[in-house]
Amino acid sequence: MEAIDRTTLWTVIILLGLGSFGLRFVFTGLIGDRALPPWLLRHLRYTAVAILPALVTPLVIWPAGTGGQFDAPRVIAALVTLSVGYFTKNVLAAIISGAASLYGFLYLLG
Amino acid sequence: MQPSSSRSTYWQGFRDGLPFLFVITPFGLLFGVVGTEAGLNIFETLTFSVVVIAGAAQFTALQLMSEQAPTLIVLASALAVNLRMAMYSASLTPHIGAAPLWQRAMIAYFTVDQSYACSIVAYEENPGWNLRQKVGYFMGTVTPICPMWYVSTLIGAMIGAAIPPELALDFAIPITFIAIIAPGLRTRAHQAAALAAVILSLLFSFMPYNLGVLVAGLGAMITGAQVELWMERRKEAA
Repeated sequence: MEAIDRTTLWTVIILLGLGSFGLRFVFTGLIGDRALPPWLLRHLRYTAVAILPALVTPLVIWPAGTGGQFDAPRVIAALVTLSVGYFTKNVLAAIISGAASLYGFLYLLG
Repeated sequence: MQPSSSRSTYWQGFRDGLPFLFVITPFGLLFGVVGTEAGLNIFETLTFSVVVIAGAAQFTALQLMSEQAPTLIVLASALAVNLRMAMYSASLTPHIGAAPLWQRAMIAYFTVDQSYACSIVAYEENPGWNLRQKVGYFMGTVTPICPMWYVSTLIGAMIGAAIPPELALDFAIPITFIAIIAPGLRTRAHQAAALAAVILSLLFSFMPYNLGVLVAGLGAMITGAQVELWMERRKEAA
């Protein structure tokens, strides 16, 4: 993995910090009690379940750790994490199961 | 019931925030470890957590920077992950919008998933609370959660360098994100949005600078909103 450029890193830390504060402050601080248009709220509701899977899916299918080669233990771990998280609603249980499955199958298949 | 003072709502918030330590601490440790793996030093990793104070956005930015994505794409994607904070802000406004500016600024900085979730439930259950009691409760929930986010990041960054590459930590971020999303897939619209994101991100993975993530995310948000509309119309028709 190539090293992260220092200028990029500090630009991201500072601007992401300001931007995140801006998002948190925009209504409480600036807009006050005015209502948001319903169409906007309807889209904002799905940001987390839209952006995060879009980021993760290519990492599961073409993982960085194998140089982009499809890797069965990683795909299985992803599916285990998803199922445990969906059925138990417990984030921590899902992470632990996913990690256990990853190491289990890396050991068995590796 | 007698309306309680702002001191007692502060401690009530503190108690309600405590259980989240079990979620915050491992996440913070993980961010510290993954940050060190990506080549950040302890100071950089800790500053990241103090300045941004949003786990999912921090992991997103870190992942994209390790993939050498352009700064603009890193910022746009991480801020998109944080768009939900604007929703939290909008929904807190009717309750604490009348507080002095410095208090609103402080509340804005500390608006995280856990403090928002606790507070909005408490405000709805206690409509009789005055402004001071509401602000007291919010600051109470934050007291155990946010300092622990900094401390666990710091500890993670200090032990990070000692972790060997065989531990396949490249996969820590995907597993963490899937675990965060999975419990949120509670309606058909949420499920449709996530499925659209999966398919679109693979279809658009040819795009340079990780632009595919943004395109797929936007397409998935539209999918979720449209499915929600469609479900509502079907419910009305029935």
